[in-house]
Amino acid sequence: MANRIVAVLVTAGIIVMFVPLVVGFSFQERTPDLAAEYIVRSEQELGAANTVTAVVVTFRGLDTLGEVTVLFAATAGVGFVITRRRGAGELPVREGSAVDAHAGIENPDAHAPRSQGPSEIVRTASRFLSPILFLFGVYIFTHGHLTPGGGFQGGVVITAAVVLGIFGNPDRRLAHGTMTTLESLSGATYVILGVLGFILAGGFLDPTFLPAGSLGVLVSAGAIPLIYSVVGIKVGTELAGVVDRLRAQERD
Amino acid sequence: MQYIPAIGSLLIAIGAWGMLTQRNMLKMVIGFSIIDTGAHLLIVSIGYVTGGAAPILDAAVAESTVFVDPVPSALVLTAIVIGLAVTALMLTYVVRLARTKGTLEVSSYKELKW
Repeated sequence: MANRIVAVLVTAGIIVMFVPLVVGFSFQERTPDLAAEYIVRSEQELGAANTVTAVVVTFRGLDTLGEVTVLFAATAGVGFVITRRRGAGELPVREGSAVDAHAGIENPDAHAPRSQGPSEIVRTASRFLSPILFLFGVYIFTHGHLTPGGGFQGGVVITAAVVLGIFGNPDRRLAHGTMTTLESLSGATYVILGVLGFILAGGFLDPTFLPAGSLGVLVSAGAIPLIYSVVGIKVGTELAGVVDRLRAQERD
Repeated sequence: MQYIPAIGSLLIAIGAWGMLTQRNMLKMVIGFSIIDTGAHLLIVSIGYVTGGAAPILDAAVAESTVFVDPVPSALVLTAIVIGLAVTALMLTYVVRLARTKGTLEVSSYKELKW
């Protein structure tokens, strides 16, 4: 009961906190000066059509490096917490508890028949869609400087392709060695491209050491497509690794 | 008053309520996810400019085009990815705890209760 009262108080506090923001809220009437500056410089100095990408990769590139680091730390945490073999002292999940097959956790006491693998529809659809999704992910991260999208979005789409492939063939094992190598290589390439900007251009992660080219062409915007592509590869392999670790937990 | 920030704030309140009242750890993670979504909506709506276009420069852009602020969009992009990573980490802890004790009920974990 006391918990319920605390919950009511905290939620009411949050609502009260947001009321002045919501009541007095009106959208901005003109583009802020900083944003206008970013848009002009994105076009003239970087040659990047997508200003959001220019902000993410260049103007606030250090933030993005930090973000990739946080993602890496979280992935490492997932790998650390989930061990491949069940440790001593861990109990099987009790029948009738809140844990069931929907929670994705194996329940050895339940007598429900284990699924006999995916149906024909799932297998065919995943075999058909998985390569297309993969290609679409690559398209998204290579065109990050031109269209909405970029490394993070493309990486997530690639992960979706991998998940679909796992649905279609649950026994398939991912090539962990290759994925770890690819992830480390792309992470290192990201930092090397940043250092190249430091040596050849204005500063760390400055992409202008490659020619800006003409606006709206695939090979343009200096090193931005390169940087976003390695980010895409890194995010894709990392998240696919997370999904596979959570799956390995179920399999053992 | 605009609807989008109101919906964002409402989602934050709903998520907080869910995290505080639910006893199932998976549902608490879902509550966190809802808070996350509400925060994203709020940040994006702060960056919106009335009548603004997406800040992507192509042939359709005229001299008089007003753009929305790209900085909050970039921040939300970061926040979504971090939210995803944190959610994955929390789910991993949930899986691990459920393995150890065999239940998702958070009230049965009393070791660090004060």
